[in-house]
Amino acid sequence: MNNYDVIVVGGGHAGCEAAAAAARVGARTLLLTHRLDTIGEMSCNPAIGGLGKGHLVREVDALDGLMGRVADAAGIQFRMLNRSKGPAVRGLRAQADRALYRATMQGALAAVENLTIQAGAVEDLLLRDGAVAGVKLADGQALAGARVVITTGTFLRGRIHIGEKNWAAGRMGEAPAMGLSARFYDLNLSMGRLKTGTPPRLDGRTIAWTQLERQSGDPLPEPFSTLTEAITNPQIDCHITGTTVAAHDLIRANLDRAPIYSGQIEGTGPRYCPSIEDKVVRFADRTRHQIFLEPEGLDDHTVYPNGISTSLPEDVQRALLRVIPGLEQARMIQPGYAIEYDFIDPRELWPSLETRRLPGLYLAGQINGTTGYEEAAAQGLMAGLNAAMATAGGAPLVLDRADGYIGVMIDDLVTRGTQEPYRMFTSRAEYRLLLRSDNADQRLTPLGLAVGCVQGRRAAAFKTKLAALDDARLFLEGHQATPHEASKKGIPVNADGRRRTGMELLAYKDIDMTRLAALWPELASIPDSIAAQVKIEAHYAGYLGRQQADIEAYRRDEALELPKDLNYGQVAGFSNEVREKLKRHGPATLGAAARIPGMTPAALTILLAHVRRGKRRAVA
Amino acid sequence: MPAPGGPNDTIYALATAPGRAGVAVLRISGAGAGAALGAVMSGRDLPVPRRAHLTPFADPVSGETLDRGLALWFPAPDSYTGEDVAELHGHGGPAVITALLEALGRLPGCRLAQAGEFTRRAFQNGKMDLTQAEGLADLVAAETEAQRRQAQRQMEGALGRLYEGWRADLIGALAHLEAEIDFPDEDLPGDLLARQIPVLERLSAEMSAHLNDGRRGERLREGCHMVILGAPNVGKSSLLNALAQRDAAIVSAQAGTTRDIVEVYMNLGGYPVVLADTAGLRESDDEVEVEGVRRARARGEGADLKIVLYDCSVAPKAGAEVRALAGEDGILVANKVDLAVRAPADGLAVSTKTGAGLPELMSRLEAEAKLRMVGGGAPGLTRLRHRQGLQDCRDALLRGLGVADDELVAEDLRLAARHLGRITGRVDVEDILDVVFNDFCIGK
Repeated sequence: MNNYDVIVVGGGHAGCEAAAAAARVGARTLLLTHRLDTIGEMSCNPAIGGLGKGHLVREVDALDGLMGRVADAAGIQFRMLNRSKGPAVRGLRAQADRALYRATMQGALAAVENLTIQAGAVEDLLLRDGAVAGVKLADGQALAGARVVITTGTFLRGRIHIGEKNWAAGRMGEAPAMGLSARFYDLNLSMGRLKTGTPPRLDGRTIAWTQLERQSGDPLPEPFSTLTEAITNPQIDCHITGTTVAAHDLIRANLDRAPIYSGQIEGTGPRYCPSIEDKVVRFADRTRHQIFLEPEGLDDHTVYPNGISTSLPEDVQRALLRVIPGLEQARMIQPGYAIEYDFIDPRELWPSLETRRLPGLYLAGQINGTTGYEEAAAQGLMAGLNAAMATAGGAPLVLDRADGYIGVMIDDLVTRGTQEPYRMFTSRAEYRLLLRSDNADQRLTPLGLAVGCVQGRRAAAFKTKLAALDDARLFLEGHQATPHEASKKGIPVNADGRRRTGMELLAYKDIDMTRLAALWPELASIPDSIAAQVKIEAHYAGYLGRQQADIEAYRRDEALELPKDLNYGQVAGFSNEVREKLKRHGPATLGAAARIPGMTPAALTILLAHVRRGKRRAVA
Repeated sequence: MPAPGGPNDTIYALATAPGRAGVAVLRISGAGAGAALGAVMSGRDLPVPRRAHLTPFADPVSGETLDRGLALWFPAPDSYTGEDVAELHGHGGPAVITALLEALGRLPGCRLAQAGEFTRRAFQNGKMDLTQAEGLADLVAAETEAQRRQAQRQMEGALGRLYEGWRADLIGALAHLEAEIDFPDEDLPGDLLARQIPVLERLSAEMSAHLNDGRRGERLREGCHMVILGAPNVGKSSLLNALAQRDAAIVSAQAGTTRDIVEVYMNLGGYPVVLADTAGLRESDDEVEVEGVRRARARGEGADLKIVLYDCSVAPKAGAEVRALAGEDGILVANKVDLAVRAPADGLAVSTKTGAGLPELMSRLEAEAKLRMVGGGAPGLTRLRHRQGLQDCRDALLRGLGVADDELVAEDLRLAARHLGRITGRVDVEDILDVVFNDFCIGK
C-alpha cells in the first residue's frame, strides 16, 4: 500500500490546483481521477475570468497557482472588461482553446515535483479512529493518505436531463461518483441538490458568420499571470447573434417538455445563469436575448453558443437553431443539457476547507455549492495547501475578507452557506476598492512566501517588483511642488499656494507619471507597469484611508477565535433562537458570529465574555 | 454586528437611566475625550484627574450655556474603558441631556456609542473581570431589547412606511449600479447610473427635510410604552380613561399614528408613559377590523408592557389564549369585578366603573415603568442613534452624488445603505442581488 501525505480526488480545476499546491509545499501528493486525458477539462464554456472571477485568477496566480499561467498559454481572445470604469472593477476575461488548455494544464502538473498522477475511480473513504486515512478504489485497491481532498464537481449522484430523458452521469459521456455520495450521506453531512446547464455545441463550419456582429479582443492582450511576459497565441474574434420572437414562441410551445418546468428537476439553478427557457418565461416582454458565439479552439470547429443553455428535448433544440440568425443551417454536435448533482452544505467546513465532522477530509469546488472554474480553482488551492500544511503539523492559511476575494468567497460559504450555485461578484466584496486585480500579488504573495507555496522564480520577481514600487512611492511622497512650479511645467493645479507631493499630484485624473516627469525627470525611468500601479493607488488614496478604519474594526473581531469545541448549550444568557443559530453555524471567530443573519449585540457580548473567561483559565 | 464607525472613534452616551432623575451622567471615551471635555468647558483647563470639578457646560459651537454640573477626567489607562474617559454629571432633565448629547455629536470624530460598546472597549483593554462582564451582558441585552421594541414602534405606521420606502429606493439604486459594474457583457439598458441620479437626489432631499422637522412627534413618543389588549367589550377604553383621569399629569391625548390605536401620554411616578388602547382582538371577516386586530397584536409585540384585560363577570378564570397573550411579563387584569358573582381566579381584580382595585393597579404600573426605564435603556438614545444613522446616510448619498466614477458612487451608496441599516435592519448583499436578478435578465 502506497503512503501519501495528501490524496486529491478529481482532476478538474479544483483538483489540479489542490494537487499542485499540496506538492508545492512539499507534501507527497497523489492526484486520482477517472480519466487522465480529461484533466484540466473545461466542461462548460471555453473561457476563464470575468468580473470577480478574473480577480480570483489573479489571486490564485499570486499564490503561485496554475490557472493564470495556463489560461495565458491557452488564451485565444483576451478582453479587459469594464475598461472604461475604474481599475478596482476591471476584470480580465479570456477565451481559451479547450485542447490547448487541457494540454498545458497536464504539462504543468507533470512538471510538479512530489506529485503522482493516477487514473482510478474512488469508491469510498478509508477511516481510522474517526479521521480519514485514505481512499478505496472501485477495483478494491486501498491507498493510504493522511489527508484527502475531494474535488468531484458535479459527479456526486450526477444526473443529466435532456427533455424527457435523464440518466446518471458526472458530465456528458462520463460516469458519476455514486459510492462517495453514499459515504457522505453516511457521515450525516448536510447535503443539498443543485442544477446547472450547458448549451448545445455547434459546428462552426455551418454558421453564417458574415451576417453576424463581430466582437474582437483587446489589441494588446494583458495576461493573467505576473510571470507571463507576452501572449503568443494568434487571437480570434467572437460573434454575437440573438434569439428571435419565433424562437421564444417555439420555446413557449414546448415548455411542458422542459425538465425544469415539468417537475423532473428538483435542484435549484443559478439566477445569474438561467436557461433560455427560464429567460423566456421570466422576462416575457423581451423580444431578443443575446448569444455569444465562442470558438472552442484554434484547430477545433466546435462553437459554444453562450446564452442558450437549455435542457429542452433534442428535436426542439434543433428547431430552435433554425430560427436564430446565422444558425439556420448550423449542425448541432452535442445537445445542451441540464445536470443535477449533490453538494455538501459548505457550513460543514472550517475556513481551512476541512470538514468539521471528519478530520483530515477537505472539500473544494462545485461540491461545496459553488459554480465556475475560477471559484473551484481558488478553493482547490486553499484546500490542497491547508491539507499539506496540516500533514506537516502547521496551522492553516485562512484568508479573510480584507485579504482577497478568496477570503470573501470562503467566508461567505462557511458562515452563510448557499441556496444556489455560488458565483463571485465584485459586489460581494465590501473592500472592493482595495481588493483589486492589479494588486493581488501585493496582497497575497507575501502570505504565500511565508507558508512556502511561493518560491523560486516568482519569489524573486515579486521582490524585484516590490522594491521598484517602494522606490517610486518613496520618491513621490518625498518630493513636493508649489502650484507655480507645477504649472510652469504644464501641470495646472489650483493656485492656492499649497505645496503638493508627487503622490497628491498623481491623484488628479489627467496627471500621469509621464507628465510628472516634467517636474522630476527621475520619474521617466520608472517602468510602465510600476507607474500604472502607483497611479491607481494615488487615484483611490482618499477612499482607501477610510476603508482602512473599517478593516481594523473587522480584523479586531476576526482576531478573536472561538474555541472549536465551544458548547453553546452550556453558555448562559443566549436566547433559544441565537443559541440554535450558533450551534448550527459554529462560527470560527467572533467576526464570523457577527455575520450570521439575526445575531444580536447582546449575544456577541456574552460570547466575548465567555471566550475571555476561557482564555484566563487557560493562562492560569 | 460590527459597530458602524471605526474602533478609534471617540464615543459618548448617557450612562444613567433616562427619565426625570436628579442627576444624569454622560460618559465620553476615546482619544478625543479630553478635547471633547475641553470643548464643553469652553476651553478651560481640564480638571485634576479623578477629582470632581464644578463647571458650566457649554455648547461647543454656539458657546451657549446648557447646564452647570460636575466634570470628571480619567486619563488612560486608569478609567472604566482603559481609554481617556470624561464624565459630565449634569441635571437629569430630558431637554438638558438631549442638548448635551447633540452638542457632543457635532464634535469631529465623536459619535454616539453602539449598544455595549463601552463594555466592549473595557473588555478589549482588559478592564473587566468575569462577574462584571456577565452583569454588563445583561444590561446590553436589556438595551438591545429596548432598541428592538423602539425600532418596531417606529416601523409601524407612517414613519415605518417612509423608512421602508427609502430602504427600497436605496437598494434599487445600488442594485442597478452594481449590475452595470458586475455584468458588463450583458444586454443591459445603457446609463443605469444616470437614471438613478434623480432617485438619489430625491432621497437625500427627503432625508434632509425629515431631519429638519424639529422632531415634532418624536418627543411625544418618548417613554415607557404600555398597551392594553383584550377581547372586545372587556372594558379596555374604560380602563384607559380611568387611568388617565386619575392622573393629574396627563400631557395630551390624541389619536395615534393609526386611527385604531388611541394613545395617552402620562407621567407615572416621575416616569413618562405612553398608554395605548387597541382594537378588541377577535376573529373577523371585516377587513378593517382584521387590520385593526393585526395592528393591535403588532403593537403588543412592540410594547414594553402588555396589560391584558378580561371580563371576570363572564367567567372567573382567564382563557388560555388571554393568559398566553399576557405571557410571563404582562399584567393580567380582571375587569368588571363589581358584576362578578365569584372572585376572579386570575389577575388583578378591578372595576373601571366603581374604581375598585385601580390604586393597586396604578402602583403596579408605576413599579413596572420604573423597572423598565431603569433596566431597559434609553428610547431617547435609540432615537438619537436613528437620527445619526439617517444623517450619516444622507451625507454618504451627497458624497456619492459628487463623484463621477461608478465604483466610487457605489462605495458611497454602500456606506449609505449601511447607515440606513442601523434604522431599518441590515442591508445585505443578497437584497441587492435579488433586485439585480429580478430587474435584469442576467446570464449567458
